[in-house]
Amino acid sequence: MDNLLEIQNGIAISRASVPQVPSDVFFKSLSEFVKNEGYIVQFFAYQEERSYRLLAVVRNTRLFVIGTEVGKTFRSLTGAVSEKFHLFEREIAEQFGLKPDGHPWLKMVRYHKNYTGEKDVFGNHYQDDIPGNYPYFTVEGESIHEVAVGPVHAGIIEPGHFRFQCAGEEVLHLEIQLGYQHRGIEKMLPDLPQKRLPIIGESIAGDTSIGHNLCLCQALEALADIPVDRGASIIRTIALELERIANHIGDLGALSGDVAFNPPAAYFGRIRGDFLNLLQVLCGNRFGKSLVRPGGVTQVIGEEQLRIIREKLTEITPEIEHVCDLLFTAHTVQARFEHTGTVTEAMAKDLGLVGFAGRACGIAYDARISFPTECYAELPGNSNHVTNGDVNSRATVRREEVMHSLKLIGLLLDKYEVFMDSLIAVQMRDHDLKPDAFVVTINEGWRGEISHCLLTDGKGKLQRYKIKDPSFHNWTGLAMSLRNQEISDFPLCNKSYNLSYCGFDL
Amino acid sequence: MLKIIRNKLEQGCKTTAYPKEPISLYRRYRGLPVIDKNCHTDIVSRCAAICPQDCIDSADKTIDLGRCTFCGHCETAGNGGFVRFSQNFEMGAADRQDLITDGTLPILAAHAKQHFKKLFGRSLQLRQVSAAGCNSCEADTNVLNTPFFDLSRFGIDFVASPRHADGIHVTGPISRNMKQALLDTYDAVPSPKVVIASGCCSISGGPFYGSEEIVGDLSSLLPVDLYIPGCPPHPLTTLHALLSYFK
Repeated sequence: MDNLLEIQNGIAISRASVPQVPSDVFFKSLSEFVKNEGYIVQFFAYQEERSYRLLAVVRNTRLFVIGTEVGKTFRSLTGAVSEKFHLFEREIAEQFGLKPDGHPWLKMVRYHKNYTGEKDVFGNHYQDDIPGNYPYFTVEGESIHEVAVGPVHAGIIEPGHFRFQCAGEEVLHLEIQLGYQHRGIEKMLPDLPQKRLPIIGESIAGDTSIGHNLCLCQALEALADIPVDRGASIIRTIALELERIANHIGDLGALSGDVAFNPPAAYFGRIRGDFLNLLQVLCGNRFGKSLVRPGGVTQVIGEEQLRIIREKLTEITPEIEHVCDLLFTAHTVQARFEHTGTVTEAMAKDLGLVGFAGRACGIAYDARISFPTECYAELPGNSNHVTNGDVNSRATVRREEVMHSLKLIGLLLDKYEVFMDSLIAVQMRDHDLKPDAFVVTINEGWRGEISHCLLTDGKGKLQRYKIKDPSFHNWTGLAMSLRNQEISDFPLCNKSYNLSYCGFDL
Repeated sequence: MLKIIRNKLEQGCKTTAYPKEPISLYRRYRGLPVIDKNCHTDIVSRCAAICPQDCIDSADKTIDLGRCTFCGHCETAGNGGFVRFSQNFEMGAADRQDLITDGTLPILAAHAKQHFKKLFGRSLQLRQVSAAGCNSCEADTNVLNTPFFDLSRFGIDFVASPRHADGIHVTGPISRNMKQALLDTYDAVPSPKVVIASGCCSISGGPFYGSEEIVGDLSSLLPVDLYIPGCPPHPLTTLHALLSYFK
């Protein structure tokens, strides 16, 4: 702990103050921290003149940072310390051509050339289409068969590849290979004019437009010392909660559809639309795109919008309660939800699951409580009572979060009234960023902890932009949910997490 | 059972009467832009400078709806002097060039291929391919299957297999990693087939234009029949485009 520097969410510090320790000290400090209920928020590489640096942002109840310089290989902590390092180390290998020595399953994450021109760690030349040169984990035996699904799936959803190793109907192992959605976001961001940044921030994962763009704008605000009006903070918080409700409701409907119970599927599908329409009332876009910009929000809530939102919430809250009751008390639904796709608390802790998926396994962490941004410090938290780690727990936690968020929006609207006449909308414009600065921002999106990390160079230009979607932690959780499960339960398990492909692939 | 009936009564019938009856969207929604061609050049330049998508041509005084994300920054920056976004969501186009607009679009139904109407007017099955879409286009396409829009009542459905489809509906800027899967899906659809580019990503790369990891323009790979602009297109924009072009 002595080597780590405590930092605050969304407060920029000088890069000189980030502790740079020898690499053996770095790995020792990190492994001790993670062994003691510590979790990784960010762990990535960047280039400093001709050398490579690693930087880790970690959390327990507080937030810390530590850095080191490494050569072309570094010590892997995945096998020796915790599975939490697994994908982060593979990502570092892919992005910078640095090899984690002793990594138990070193293969590409997204399939792209590295940024540095170093020799490819995976032996790929990238002239071939994905998947390139790498093995899948296979189970051998006479009664074993393999099922390959994707990248193009049967519904209107994003692409990804799922490889099941099965004995009869039972799944022994599921390997999830993504990368099909890779758009090169982290690589392109530092070189773009600032006016393009929020537009991309809103499209990192379109179902989390508010969450990701909030991380982006808060980071720019920290790097440029831009104040945000309290009224604008309230609107941002309302928007993030509307996004949470819309997605949870949509997924509860989809879960209902996946167990062939159609009435709630139809009702929740429609009710989700009502919440997207409320975002449209806020800012003209059903996903909240264009609302959040550095310094505040582009549209304020006036009397009319306040009334529309209030009336809609009054009308729809009892409907949600009734449909939830219909869904969760149906025996056929309970029979399918309970004991399906279970991840134990111990497993969830080793994987470092975040968000509602983590809370459904008994990990109480909620960034809104632990590292509050915007108005969360003054709002009541939520606690969950069904935490068995199965589909039923994930669905129940989402149900509880919907009801909690509805309450929060009511409280926020009351708080907002005094700001209504004084709040001024902001316009997008360029800001000078502090040179040699570092900032990390964290927000609790509907899937869980979203984090952006920015480094500027000596001239105040972005040098490294690192993005982490909660799905980066949780995809492995889905894979573990399928262990010893019937393969026909995959859609149900998948929907109970509903992870982001593009948020992972970037 | 009683609970189902009670919920059914509470929910009632929510399906929209559109297109038989007009439907109006909330006034903050940004649809087809209204452009003042007589606007002073200074204001046009200010709007062009703030546009994150560089989709305003200040010499011609036009906007490229194939690049536009409808963020509305130009309307605010120019105080509505050059561009104002109307609530008209009917923005589909049969020709890429038509999307570069001074505020008017040709009537889509008149530009549809007549043999498509004959072939697919009563039944159209589409295979959706997300090629690096951010999931907002996908989500707002999926929404067409909810009771409010109820797409199936028009004989239009999204199907699981390209073998069962009459065409593909593509979203996203087409990552290099999805290019082959997209082409394979297209090949698996029996001819004659249609190609629909939905959202500014599939038309021009959208927010990601300039990235080395994307193709960016669906028409550079496949013959596109129908363009649906937006970020994402409003479900009604998609509904209108499908009905006008095929029915």
